[in-house]
Amino acid sequence: MMQAAGTEVMQRITDVVDALKEKDGALLPILHGIQDEFGYVPDESVPVIADALNLSRADVHGVVTFYHDYRKHPAGRHVLKICRAEACQALGGQALAERAMALLGIGFHETTTDNAFTLEPTFCLGLCACAPAAMLDNQLIARFDETKLAEIVKEIRS
Amino acid sequence: MGLIHEIDFGTPAALSDKTITLTIDGREITVPEGTSIMRASTEAGIQVPKLCATDMVDAFGSCRLCLVEIEGRNGTPASCTTPATDGMVVHTQTGRLKDIRRGVMELYISDHPLDCLTCAANGDCELQDMAGAVGLRDVRYGYDGDNHVRAKKDAGINAKWMPKDESNPYFTYDPSKCIVCSRCVRACQEVQGTFALTIEGRGFDSRVSPSAHELFADSECVSCGACVQACPTATLTEKSVIAIGQPEHSEVTTCAYCGVGCSFKAEMRGEELVRMVPWKDGQANRGHSCVKGRFAYGYSTHKDRILNPMIRDKITDPWREVSWEEALAHTASEFRRLQYQYGRASVGGITSSRCTNEETFLVQKLIRAGFGNNNVDTCARVCHSPTGYGLGQAFGTSAGTQNFDSVEHSDVIVVIGANPTDGHPVFGSRLKKRLRQGAQLIVIDPRRIDLVKTPHVKAAHHLALKPGTNVAVMTALAHVIVTEGLADEQFIRERCDWSEFEDWAEFVSDIRHSPESTETSTGVPADDLRRAARLFATGGNGAIYYGLGVTEHSQGSTTVMAIANLAMVTGNIGRPGVGVNPLRGQNNVQGSCDMGSFPHELPGYRHVSDEAARDVFEKMWGVTISSEPGLRIPNMLDAAVEGSFKGLYIQGEDILQSDPDTKHVAAGLAAMECVVVQDLFLNETANYAHVFLPGSTFLEKDGTFTNAERRINRVRKVMTPKNGFADWEVTQNLARALGLDWDYTHPSQIMDEIAATTPSFAGVNYPYLDQVGSVQWPCNEHFPVGSPIMHVDGFVRGRGKFIRTEYVATDERTGPRFPLLLTTGRILSQYNVGAQTRRTDNVVWHPEDKLEIHPHDAEQRGIHENDWVKLSSRSGDTTLRATITDRVAPGVVYTTFHHPTTQANVITTDYSDWATNCPEYKVTAVQISPSNGPSDWQVEYDEQARQSRRIAGHLEAAE
Repeated sequence: MMQAAGTEVMQRITDVVDALKEKDGALLPILHGIQDEFGYVPDESVPVIADALNLSRADVHGVVTFYHDYRKHPAGRHVLKICRAEACQALGGQALAERAMALLGIGFHETTTDNAFTLEPTFCLGLCACAPAAMLDNQLIARFDETKLAEIVKEIRS
Repeated sequence: MGLIHEIDFGTPAALSDKTITLTIDGREITVPEGTSIMRASTEAGIQVPKLCATDMVDAFGSCRLCLVEIEGRNGTPASCTTPATDGMVVHTQTGRLKDIRRGVMELYISDHPLDCLTCAANGDCELQDMAGAVGLRDVRYGYDGDNHVRAKKDAGINAKWMPKDESNPYFTYDPSKCIVCSRCVRACQEVQGTFALTIEGRGFDSRVSPSAHELFADSECVSCGACVQACPTATLTEKSVIAIGQPEHSEVTTCAYCGVGCSFKAEMRGEELVRMVPWKDGQANRGHSCVKGRFAYGYSTHKDRILNPMIRDKITDPWREVSWEEALAHTASEFRRLQYQYGRASVGGITSSRCTNEETFLVQKLIRAGFGNNNVDTCARVCHSPTGYGLGQAFGTSAGTQNFDSVEHSDVIVVIGANPTDGHPVFGSRLKKRLRQGAQLIVIDPRRIDLVKTPHVKAAHHLALKPGTNVAVMTALAHVIVTEGLADEQFIRERCDWSEFEDWAEFVSDIRHSPESTETSTGVPADDLRRAARLFATGGNGAIYYGLGVTEHSQGSTTVMAIANLAMVTGNIGRPGVGVNPLRGQNNVQGSCDMGSFPHELPGYRHVSDEAARDVFEKMWGVTISSEPGLRIPNMLDAAVEGSFKGLYIQGEDILQSDPDTKHVAAGLAAMECVVVQDLFLNETANYAHVFLPGSTFLEKDGTFTNAERRINRVRKVMTPKNGFADWEVTQNLARALGLDWDYTHPSQIMDEIAATTPSFAGVNYPYLDQVGSVQWPCNEHFPVGSPIMHVDGFVRGRGKFIRTEYVATDERTGPRFPLLLTTGRILSQYNVGAQTRRTDNVVWHPEDKLEIHPHDAEQRGIHENDWVKLSSRSGDTTLRATITDRVAPGVVYTTFHHPTTQANVITTDYSDWATNCPEYKVTAVQISPSNGPSDWQVEYDEQARQSRRIAGHLEAAE
């Protein structure tokens, strides 16, 4: 549902945009700022950003959808990303991903009903030497395995 | 006769003067430096397979089909993105390339429907062509993998499939057929400059998205059709092609909407128009179009079109359909009777800026030779007559100085009183392209038009002046340039009259013309104005483009002169990238002026008192031409009310809707005894007519239109006139009924007569136009190939004339009763009085005229968005809905005039330009108040219009 100008959401969007719009190449910093503010990029922000940077809505939408890290919806409290690239797959990444889905009861890009976890695939975290790799929120995890997976789930759910 | 096929060179032409020579498949070819290998091979006659490349947009290199091998280089570079270099040896067809291309095509086809036989693009599909070109015989991947093609997948739904978007009235978007070449996205960005399309997502998820994943109709799309033209598949397809099928022959013709004069291919199947496609070689539009020319031609077959002549004794009677013979005989006898009874000067005619040069020429000839007076006028009276007068005084010719290509060389562009993105969209796109390349823009307009701020374009200055203060602002700009020593003295000494300049410089230097002194009356901050003046004087090539916001004022002619002064004082005349450019409103308003449509001027702007000029026509026509100027439209109406003017022949103009002070026009028409209207529809003026002669559309006749850059473009007949005759034939038949011995069998003979009598057209004839496409007048022994830029080596009048431009505020002033200023304009999807565009699907974008009002003024009056409001002036009142926006400043309101029910001209006053009587449409003092619905006048008018449109024997059409 789009919200009309003047609502609290619009004010927060405008504040972020105004703070960053003078930067060179302001679009990505603004999108990061919006995501930091809301946890995702609300649809309502697209026309505001477009207007501030003198871009079209299409321009902004193209960039938002190009980067997987910009979310359309809020994520759970924690985001677990499991690497799906070649090196990790070679060391059991596929099985680990399936285990995570089974343990959490969700697929990729989904959030558990208790809103604790969002599970995401990622393609290379730069840790191929210690594959398989994962990332919990902003924390990298090397040599990821079922034990570490179970610990994480248990700790966060408890 | 067949389809005109245009070669797609794959990438745009390189503009370098330096050439290089390379060898492609054993053929040597010389091309300008910077040319892509793809374009060079096409020029050598070798078509490299391609999908994402087309010469309307820059190379992109994404489809990987156009790969080539170059001797001495590794790999297989894309021929579209690789520039040709001297001595290069290129192979476009090797075993390795064949394998790669086939592999690429297999991938494309594995995610594309195989319904070629029932596909709308069958026969016009580049994917199909490329499958053939690369010898695709098998798709090893099968068709059942991940895809965007099928709605269902393994008994479930396919999330990647998207339904067709049919929201645009003219074309469909079928994502299942898209190959994501992004030609549409790039066309929207590079050619149209709207940036309404993007590629959303990435990888296999990529797809074309209008705005932020919206329907086309809800998106930023302006429906110019560039994406449809760019699309190599059936993804974006005209609905008319889906309905009819592929065209089988085409003719190049000229759009009949605005003064840009775009060239189109009318693509036909038999006598049915399948689609209008902009012609790449069209020198005004360079292959681009807007929603009107590209799609809004449905009026030509609309059910409202009148196809039989009709007469009636009184305007309160219903119409009676009669034969052509009876209608013309009746008209002739009525005009003869009126002239016998009330004198030779009691009748006159109005030529049309929508008709061809040849038709206009005939109408004025009918009046001058047949009626024996000079009572001829044209709708330019209400639009650009001040341009004719002002530029004629300053430079010696009454026309724009440049061609449209000139904008590609401009550095600072002033747009004053014009809204190119709505009124002249194809020029607007070309202008925006130049602005994106870094040119600076100064907008002088009371309203924040789109150009002030639109994606990727921002004006350096927007001088939001109060309506009616153009002269003060222009003179203040000149004040800054002169007093700050920014005048181009060398240019002025060489080209202009120095003593006139000195006189003018003294005048503008007066402190009362300084921006600080004028600030209070114009509302333009002095500092902003000073900076704008400096930018224009010092920013490089400066060009001025203007529209009716300049001319339709009581000081319209003065502003035109002020514009000419500004161009001369900065030396911006006589080369590419500069000049004074009136954006003419109608397709042939330039031509109708050229053809002697004014009561005081013979064709070629020669005064009727000029004996030599009269002599040429008198000898050729065998008649005596009156040396007395005739009546202008407003004078005709005044004379009618007084009882001395009784008969009027109006070809293709709706004066009741387009001329000021509707009630006065109605009274004038009602006082006449024989009003003859020749038009496609029973327009508003026809409510007061006694004879209706059905007109023909631009698709049904041969002829020429002259656009705003003086370009004479051919109009070609593609179908038989549904009413039986082209307009020139109707005029000829009327002339014959009046006893004149006219015997033209083709409009080319009329053009020959024009060329023989009018020096600036001396070199123009149909064979020459067919050969060169189009030509810009003057075209004669001095300028054998025409004149893209005028005043190159000196002004036509000799020396440029600086004229003092004293600002005199209009008599139309705000006061306690009428505290707001109303100004009027156009919107993209509608055209003028809307007679045509209202009869097309363009109404989805603009079903009614709305009043734009600033939030502050709205709040004071308790007006909310979409409320009915009463708009009243000293002349009258009307009602319409309001929309609240800060595009207009407080104290200013704005509306369009496309719908007859709005009756915006009931409001406008009869003030007019001091020199030319051009009405002051752009300034009216008004008051706005909440209202419940239509005013008494609107109700009465509707009833009268309904009554007067009755045709005996026809049931009244339900609305």
